[in-house]
Amino acid sequence: MRVRKPQDLNGISGLIIPGGESTVIDKLSKIYKLRDPIRALIASGLPVFGTCAGLIMLANDFTGGPDDQESFGGLDVTVSRNAFGSQADSFETNLSIEGIPEEINVAFIRAPIVTRAGAEVSVLAKLSDGSIVAVRQGNLLGISFHPEVTGVTSVHKYFVQMCKSANLSA
Amino acid sequence: MLKGGVIMDVVTADQAKIAEDAGAVAVMALERVPADIRAQGGVARMSDPDLIDQIIASVSIPVMAKARIGHFVEAQILQSLKVDYIDESEVLSPADYVNHIDKWKFNVPFVCGATNLGEALRRITEGAAMIRSKGEAGTGDVSEATKHIRTILGEVRTLSAKTDDELYVAAKELQAPFALVQEVARTGKLPVVLFTAGGVATPADAALMMQLGADGVFVGSGIFKSGNPAARAAAIVKATTSYDDPDVLAEVSRGLGEAMVGINVADIPAPHRLADRGW
Repeated sequence: MRVRKPQDLNGISGLIIPGGESTVIDKLSKIYKLRDPIRALIASGLPVFGTCAGLIMLANDFTGGPDDQESFGGLDVTVSRNAFGSQADSFETNLSIEGIPEEINVAFIRAPIVTRAGAEVSVLAKLSDGSIVAVRQGNLLGISFHPEVTGVTSVHKYFVQMCKSANLSA
Repeated sequence: MLKGGVIMDVVTADQAKIAEDAGAVAVMALERVPADIRAQGGVARMSDPDLIDQIIASVSIPVMAKARIGHFVEAQILQSLKVDYIDESEVLSPADYVNHIDKWKFNVPFVCGATNLGEALRRITEGAAMIRSKGEAGTGDVSEATKHIRTILGEVRTLSAKTDDELYVAAKELQAPFALVQEVARTGKLPVVLFTAGGVATPADAALMMQLGADGVFVGSGIFKSGNPAARAAAIVKATTSYDDPDVLAEVSRGLGEAMVGINVADIPAPHRLADRGW
């Protein structure tokens, strides 16, 4: 289901913050009064999965945005926004991710990278040059890339497992 | 990843900032918006690289720029400027009345206009990564935008209902490659995102396009030719996001000041209609 209003958050067992422009997600979540409820849910341990712009929204700290842009926070990482350059610098690559059995082909589109990961953060995947592109901290999962563009479902399945485990232990 | 978003025409770095602040997912860098191209006449060409550079420097969101239909050198220049998308656009004066740009030769993605499914599939065959239904740019009259998005999606639905052996003739009639026609019939959608453009001037217009099935909306002259561009831009973003919620649409439609005056498409002589450019 889509979340557009605070009441849409009632009773959910997980939240996916998709790609897009993080500036837009930030502005609209503030206008629609979603920012504080989502921050509260993150603090209460709700499983949240951020892809691309969603990773920026989950980062405690980020660089490369307008001065007034805010994130929801939760992941103790610093993320560099749009770290690879313009649209023409987008690419697809094979990536192995900890916790996911097979190497997957994924798309990086004006993607961010994690430039600092705190002590509590597990790094799940790196590019060959060492750039961190997938992290997990507790019930928060953040990735730089778009698995859905290449039709890969294994990262989403991994997140569904996170939601199921969280509901069992709750 | 622009789906569900609004892409706005801007002619200065200041307008680009207003668009970003209002929640645009991308901006289109232009020297003149379509309403002015229409009013002033003359040959409309690619924008000055200085203007495009200034706009790229002023915002953090993707920047698109237009090349003339078939003008692959303008496209080479835009790629060298590192724009995020090139729009091979009927809003500019065509440079080639037979061929479009071979878009496979470029790394940068292209968006192209279409009025029907056959035209959309020909552009995708040439390498377009995004289609926008054309509408009639610079009018503020949404009727052509409605016609084109309905036509494209209606033709997709018709294809989906055809049997395998009927698809050969369908491909002939659409003047598009069989394999692509077969793929659209099987998946029930275009293989690329489908935005809509050309005449969107109000939040209700944008929501109409989304309810008709567009993946997102281009707004050209409608914002910066209106009385209060910042408020109208923000309202159109909200309407595009909450397109199926009439309570939100009513709220965001209030107090926006004057909409662009506009021209009824029926009053434009056929040779002056931009949507007919493209082959």
